[in-house]
Amino acid sequence: MKRKWLMAFTALILTFSLALLGCNSDSKTGGKSGGKNGKGTKLEIFSWWTGAGEEDGLKAILADFKKKHPDINVVNAAVAGGAGTNAKAVLANRMQAGDPPSTFQVHGGAELNDGWVAAGKMEPLDDLYDKEGWRDKFPKDLIDLVSKDGKIYSVPVDIHRGNVIFYNKKIFEENGLQPPKTFDDFKAVADKLLKKGITPLALGDKEPWAATMVFEDILLGKLGPDDYRGLWTGKVGFDDPRVKDAAETFKSWIPYFNKDHSSRNWQDAAQLVGEGKAAMNIMGDWAKGYFTNDLKLKTNVDFGWTTTPNTSDDFMVITDTFGLPKGIDNPDQVKTFLSYLGSTEAQDIFNPLKGSIPARVDADPSKYDEYGKQTMEDFKTAHITPSLAHGSAAPEGFLTKVNNAMNIFVTQQNVDNFINTLVSASSDLK
Amino acid sequence: MTLQPETKTHPTIKPKTKKRLSKDRWLAFLFILPSIILIAIFVYGFIAWTGYVSLSNWNSLVPDLSFVGLKNYLFLFHDFRFQADLRNTLFFTILFILCVLILGLFLAVLLDRKIRGESVFRNIFLFPMALSFIVTGVVWQWILNPSTGVNLILHKLGLKPMWYTSVSVIPGVEWGKIQFGIPVAIIAVVIAAVWQMTGFSLAMYLAGLRAIPEELREAARIDGANEFQVFTKVIFPQLMPITVSVIIIMAHISLKIFDLIYAMTGPGANFVTDVPGVYMYETTFRGNFYGNGAAIAIIMLLFVAIFIVPYLISSRKGGES
Repeated sequence: MKRKWLMAFTALILTFSLALLGCNSDSKTGGKSGGKNGKGTKLEIFSWWTGAGEEDGLKAILADFKKKHPDINVVNAAVAGGAGTNAKAVLANRMQAGDPPSTFQVHGGAELNDGWVAAGKMEPLDDLYDKEGWRDKFPKDLIDLVSKDGKIYSVPVDIHRGNVIFYNKKIFEENGLQPPKTFDDFKAVADKLLKKGITPLALGDKEPWAATMVFEDILLGKLGPDDYRGLWTGKVGFDDPRVKDAAETFKSWIPYFNKDHSSRNWQDAAQLVGEGKAAMNIMGDWAKGYFTNDLKLKTNVDFGWTTTPNTSDDFMVITDTFGLPKGIDNPDQVKTFLSYLGSTEAQDIFNPLKGSIPARVDADPSKYDEYGKQTMEDFKTAHITPSLAHGSAAPEGFLTKVNNAMNIFVTQQNVDNFINTLVSASSDLK
Repeated sequence: MTLQPETKTHPTIKPKTKKRLSKDRWLAFLFILPSIILIAIFVYGFIAWTGYVSLSNWNSLVPDLSFVGLKNYLFLFHDFRFQADLRNTLFFTILFILCVLILGLFLAVLLDRKIRGESVFRNIFLFPMALSFIVTGVVWQWILNPSTGVNLILHKLGLKPMWYTSVSVIPGVEWGKIQFGIPVAIIAVVIAAVWQMTGFSLAMYLAGLRAIPEELREAARIDGANEFQVFTKVIFPQLMPITVSVIIIMAHISLKIFDLIYAMTGPGANFVTDVPGVYMYETTFRGNFYGNGAAIAIIMLLFVAIFIVPYLISSRKGGES
């Protein structure tokens, strides 16, 4: 009998403790601070840098930072998953629950400005830029990309270029081909390769952003940098005849793709070029890291590179940046970390390992390979344009719609349908 | 109302009174109370919340819970991708369940012959179930890749199947925005799913066959039934409850399938292998269309309910009678 009552008592306690637990966590998430719930003063660095070179880079700068600031407890909170899809979902949940990480990786452009800044979740960093004298250390176009309404919101760490064609040098030499500069060149080269039975252009659009990247590079080549930027500000409509021309061009390229493109991811597509099964691949220059690190190919010996047609003076930029979220309780530590991230020292440790180039214009070129040196030179003078496929040009919602439309377009090849979808989706853009 | 006896009743004060709930009863109730509360919050509470979000205008990063009625649902039913998802789910479910049932029954009948090493075979057939769908997806993606795997042999024979890279739909009748029919690419996914789940229906059927007394078959044979008739007229009706259980379990797997598709093919060109689960994940967590994502979740819940609710009702009736 007694035992039974003891059990009943236990059950009751369990119930109430659960209820209490519920209340407790409610008040936690209701509160605005991520630091108050027993986290102390951890400096949590949130990113999706878990791939080969990038993880090495992140660990190297974190180690260096710890050496300089042994009093700060740095935690690497990286979430695995290509292009940050998983990390972004985790981040969105944490931000909505009022539990932001101390600082987090975010692509400069719309992903930052129309996402977190517009949601009122970020602190401006103008004073940090003034204190460090950064305003002339980053290109102006790049600072614009991380600013909204005249205020700067994040610190760019690395730069990738999106408008690059990587090509197999052996195939080009054997067939006496020159890397194409214009759309006509490209067509001539691709047709010649097609006749010889070589796949001219490798594509891996299992995740459709890879096809979107090809399309945005065509758009840039057809519209030029100013009108390309105008697409995202609403100055140029998607019903512009040049957009249609770009879609027609994309359509005319579809026969150049490998037949199994929908089952490959971008690495599989780059591999086709590496193995000599396809001649060219349009991809961001992280593909260079894949060629050299994973496939052990030699830069400018096994593979060469050129810009996509008509974009040699443009730089389709993908930049990883870090900002200061609102509602954390160690903003000073975060600012210390951000000043470090923005220093040439940190950027020259991180970028050679990741295979990207530094966001600062005054970094030390001797630490980079042949490709890096040339790209750094281009970066100083080229027109910087935001990438759509990587969330810099337009909000994620628009990108999702374009990716869906792209997926249908690649198969159905219906230009009018595609343009109509773009036009109706663009009503989301401001 | 059932909480009423909780107020300070002492065992010594209320012995043997004809309370509605005996002591054992409400002790039992106390013990399940935590799980009732947890399920109420974390299952039904969140279903209600999802339902609410699906009727709201929350289609950006910033929550906007203003009521918009069925706007998200209307959007989905006019959406090319969602229409394709419905088609794919329908044919995936039909093909998958049919193949699992037929193959499982066939293998069970073979194993029921009391052959030597039966347990070895049973384990071989059951083993794929121990794998996660992600593993199955990756393995079959390699096996069925048009440029590798079994296709190298098929190429030698002059066959060039496209498997999951095919974009054709058979017969491809115009319906809404999509072509209606069986997407060829989904067959590759069905093969992988059947490979994994056949073991389950095999085990179920084998248990069912063992439960049928030999006397029934004997009696049928004495009445002049041939072996085929014994099977169709005696054994198969006896296996009906098992068939229903397998259908219910397989249907709830196939209607909610996500991991296999995600690992094996992704949405596919022209969304030939897309399913609501994948669409929900992408539109919610990549596109930040929370309202649309919640609407897809509710629609998926309703699909499963179509199968589960009649089953629950009938099994409840069966339990009472």
